[in-house]
Amino acid sequence: MRFTYASAIPVAIIVLAAAAPWLISSYELNLMARFLALAILAIGLVLVWGEGGILSLGQGVFFGLGGYALAMHLKLVMLDPGDIPDFMQWSGLESLPWWWVPFENPVCAILGVVLVPGLFAAGFSWLVFRRRVGGVYFALITQALALAFSTLLISQQAYTGGFNGLTDYSTLLGFDLASDDMIVALYWITLALVVVAFLGVRFLMMSRFGKLLRATRDGENRVRFLGYNPAPYKVIAFTVGAVLAGISGALFTLHAGVISPALVGVVPSIEMVIWVAVGGRNSLWGAVIGALLINFARDEISSAFPNIWLYGLGLMFVLVVSFLPDGIAGLFAANRSGRMAHLLKTLRPGRAA
Amino acid sequence: MNIMVPVEHETPDPRLLLAVDGVTVDFDGFKALNNFSMTLDRGSLRVLIGPNGAGKSTLCDTIIGRVRATSGRVIFKGEEITRLPEDEIVRRGICRKFQTPGILPSLTVRDNLAIAAQRDRRWWRSFGLDIRGTERERVDEVLEQVGLTDRQHETASLLAHGEKQWLEIGMVVATQADLLLLDEPTAGMGPAETSRTAELIRSLLGQHTVLVIDHDMSFVEQLDGRVTVLHQGQFLKEGSVSEIRNDPEVAAVYLGRAKDDAAPHA
Amino acid sequence: MGELTLFVGQIFNGFSVASLFVLSALGLALSFGLMRVINMAHGEMLMLGGYLAYLTLMVVPGPLGILVALPVAFLGAGLVGALLEATVIHRLSSRPLDTLLATWGVSLIFQQGARNIFGAIGVDVTAPAWLNHTISISGGPLDGLTLPATRIFIMGVAVLVLGGLALLLAKTRIGLLVRAVNQDRETAAAMGVNARKVDLMVFALGTGVAGLAGVVLALLGPVTPNVGQSYIVPAFLVVILGGLGSLVGTAIASLIIGLFSALVQIYVDVSLSQVLLLVFVIAFIQFRPQGVIAVRSRALDS
Repeated sequence: MRFTYASAIPVAIIVLAAAAPWLISSYELNLMARFLALAILAIGLVLVWGEGGILSLGQGVFFGLGGYALAMHLKLVMLDPGDIPDFMQWSGLESLPWWWVPFENPVCAILGVVLVPGLFAAGFSWLVFRRRVGGVYFALITQALALAFSTLLISQQAYTGGFNGLTDYSTLLGFDLASDDMIVALYWITLALVVVAFLGVRFLMMSRFGKLLRATRDGENRVRFLGYNPAPYKVIAFTVGAVLAGISGALFTLHAGVISPALVGVVPSIEMVIWVAVGGRNSLWGAVIGALLINFARDEISSAFPNIWLYGLGLMFVLVVSFLPDGIAGLFAANRSGRMAHLLKTLRPGRAA
Repeated sequence: MNIMVPVEHETPDPRLLLAVDGVTVDFDGFKALNNFSMTLDRGSLRVLIGPNGAGKSTLCDTIIGRVRATSGRVIFKGEEITRLPEDEIVRRGICRKFQTPGILPSLTVRDNLAIAAQRDRRWWRSFGLDIRGTERERVDEVLEQVGLTDRQHETASLLAHGEKQWLEIGMVVATQADLLLLDEPTAGMGPAETSRTAELIRSLLGQHTVLVIDHDMSFVEQLDGRVTVLHQGQFLKEGSVSEIRNDPEVAAVYLGRAKDDAAPHA
Repeated sequence: MGELTLFVGQIFNGFSVASLFVLSALGLALSFGLMRVINMAHGEMLMLGGYLAYLTLMVVPGPLGILVALPVAFLGAGLVGALLEATVIHRLSSRPLDTLLATWGVSLIFQQGARNIFGAIGVDVTAPAWLNHTISISGGPLDGLTLPATRIFIMGVAVLVLGGLALLLAKTRIGLLVRAVNQDRETAAAMGVNARKVDLMVFALGTGVAGLAGVVLALLGPVTPNVGQSYIVPAFLVVILGGLGSLVGTAIASLIIGLFSALVQIYVDVSLSQVLLLVFVIAFIQFRPQGVIAVRSRALDS
C-alpha cells in the first residue's frame, strides 16, 4: 500500500484511542468502552441497512441475546456448586433450567454470544426473505420481534430475571471485573474488536458479496434475472449484523454490569438505527462516530433534562432523515463539491467553540 | 397454423432451442396471451411485433418466469422450464433486457458486467474480491462490443440513457446466455444510436439466439430477421420483414388501433 | 364457568379486539396501499383521539358526550394527520424506510408532548351509563357468559367505519380518484388526477379513523401517552397480513389476528401469545407472502 497522509489518520486515531487509559479517568474510560461496544453494533448496521437496504428495527434483540448469553455465565460463575441464582430462588425454582446449564462453561458462553444471535437471525431472516418479503414489511416484523422479545424477558421472571434483568456480577474467567487493570484490559479488548469488526465489514463491502448486496438493494429483480438468488445475500448481511450486535451486547454487559429488557426493547432498537443515521448509513467511520456522539450526548443530557432529550431525539430522527440522509459522513464525503464545502465553512465556528 | 413441439418421448430436434407451447396467461379474466405457440432455432434472430397490449412483454415475462403461464408449457433445450424459479431459468441460459434499463446503478460499469459474467453464481463463492481470469476477458470483450471501455470505471447511474441501454444489452450478453430476450432495446434512442444497436445485435448472432421486441419498423428492417406478429395475445403472422410489411391483415391490425387503446399496456 | 362459555367468551373477545385492530389498522393500510409508506406515529393518532375524547367529555358531559367525541376526534386527528403528511411524509414519499424513521421521531415528540400536557399517569374517560352495563347469560350451556356493552359498541363502530369507507371508495367521486391513483399513479396523474391531493386526503382520512379508534380505546382503559404503542404493533401485523391497501384484506387480517390472540390466550399468558402471534405471522407469509388479498402487480420493482 502506498503511504498517504490520509491513510495515517486512522492509525493515529487508533493509537490515540489505545492510549486512552493514560489520558482519561477510569469512569470516562468505562463510558468510552461502553460506547465503543455499541459502535460494533453500529458497524453491523452499516452492512445491513446502508449496504443491504434492510431496515432492522429489532437489532436490540440480537444485542440482548449476546448480552444475556454472557450475563448468564457471569451469574453462574458466582454460585457455589448446586446453587441457583438469587432471582430464581425468589421465584420458587428448585433447580437450574436445562438451557442455563451450558452457559456455566465459559467457552460455551462465548460461543453462545456469537452463535445464538447468529443462528436465530439466519433462521428468522431466511424465513422472511425467501418469500420475498422485505422493505417496510421486514422492518415492521423486526419491530414486532423486539416487542415480543422484551415482553417475554419481563414476563418470564423466574428464568430471565424479569424487568431487572441480570446484574451484579463480579468475575470473568477468574478476574475481578471491578479492578482497574480489568477495566483497562476490557477497554482494549473492545477497541480491538471494533477494529476487527470495522475491517471485516469493510472487506465484505469490497468483495463481490458486497457488490451483490448493493445490487440487490438497488434492484432485487435485476439481480434475480441475472441468475442470482438474492435471498442468501440479504440473509448473510442480516446475520453478520446480528452477530456483531450480539458481541456488542456481551461487551456492553461487561462494561455496564447489567443487561435488562429496557436495553433491548422496541425503543432502544430503533435508537440504534438513529446512531447510524446520524453518523451516515453508508460509512463505517460515520457509524462509529454516530454511536459515540449520540451516546455521549445522551449521557450528558438525558439524566439532567429527560424531557429535552426525548424531544431532541425525536427531532433528530425527523431532521436527519429528511435533510441529511447520508449523515455526518455525507457532509465530509461531499466536501469536494462547492455547496457542501460552503455548508462546512458555516459549521466551522461551531466546531472551534 | 401447426407448430412442431417436442413431445417427451421424441428426441428433440437438436437445432431447436426454445418452444412456447400453447401458452395462456390469464390476468383475472384478461388473457394477455391466448394459446400462443412459437419456436426458435439456435443462432436465429426473431423479431416480435404487435400493437400495444398485444402480449409481447408478457411473452418475455412468461419465458423468463416472471409471469406464470395459466396453461401451456415453455420448453428450453428440450426441458420444460415453465415452473422453474427465475434465477434457475437464467442459469439454464436465458437472459432478458427489460424495457426500462435494468442496470445496477450504484456499481461501476465494469462491476455491472462482472456480476453478469460470473458463471458460478452460488452465494458462498462470492467472498472473493475479483472474478476469474476468463470472465475478466469476457468483460473486456463485452465492454469493447458495447463501446463502454472508456467509461468502465464510472458509476453506472452516471451514464446517458442510450449508454444505459447498451450496458444492459452488454450485461445480458456477458451472461453468455444462449437465448437473449431484448425488450425494446432502442427505447429512447435517436436514429444513429438505433442503427448502432441494430449492428450490435446482428453481431451477436451465431453465438446467441436473439428474440427482440420493438415497434420501430425502421429498426426492425435493419435487424432483418424473421418477424412474428402478435395480436391480442394470439399469433397473427410470421414471415420476413417485407412479407409482414405487405400483409393486409397486419396492416389492418396496426391501422385499426382504436379498439386496442382500451387494452392495458404491455 | 364451563369450557364452552370460556371458548365463546374468547371468541367474543377476539371479535372485539379485532374491531380495535381494524380501526387502528385501516388508516395505515389505506395510505400504505396508496403511497407505500407506513406512518409510525399512527399509534399517537389513537392517543390523540383518546385525549380529544377526554377533553370533549369535559366540555360536553352527560350521556351523549361520547357521541360528540367521535367526530371531534376524527376531525382533530385527521387535521394533525394532514399536517404531518404535508410537512414530513410527502417530502420522503419515495423513501419508505426513511419515512418509518422520521415518523417514529414524530411519535416520540407526540408522546413526550402528551406526557408534559396530561402527565405520565393517564386520564380516565368514563363510559356513559348507557354503555356501562353487561349482558350476562345465566343458565343453559353458556351459563356465566358476560358481554360488556362497551365491547359491543366498539364492534358497532368498527362495522360502521368499515362500511362507510367501503361505500366511500366504491360509490363516490373521491373513491374513484383514490382507486385510480391506487391502480396506476402515473396514468391517473396523466389523466389529470391530482395524485398529491388524493394522497393528502387519504392520509388525513386514515389518521381520522385512528382518532375514532382512540375514542373507543378510551372506553376500555385510561388514556396514557403510550396507549397507542400497545395497539400499533398488532396493527402493523394486520397490514402485513392484509395485502396492499385492501379494505377486505385488512378486515380479514384483523379478525385472524384478533381471534388468534384471544384463543391462544386461553392456554398461555399475554407475553407468550405475542410470541406465538409473531410465529403465526411468519408461518402465514410462507404460504401467502402477498397477504390475504393479493393484488397482481406488473411493475418490475414494487
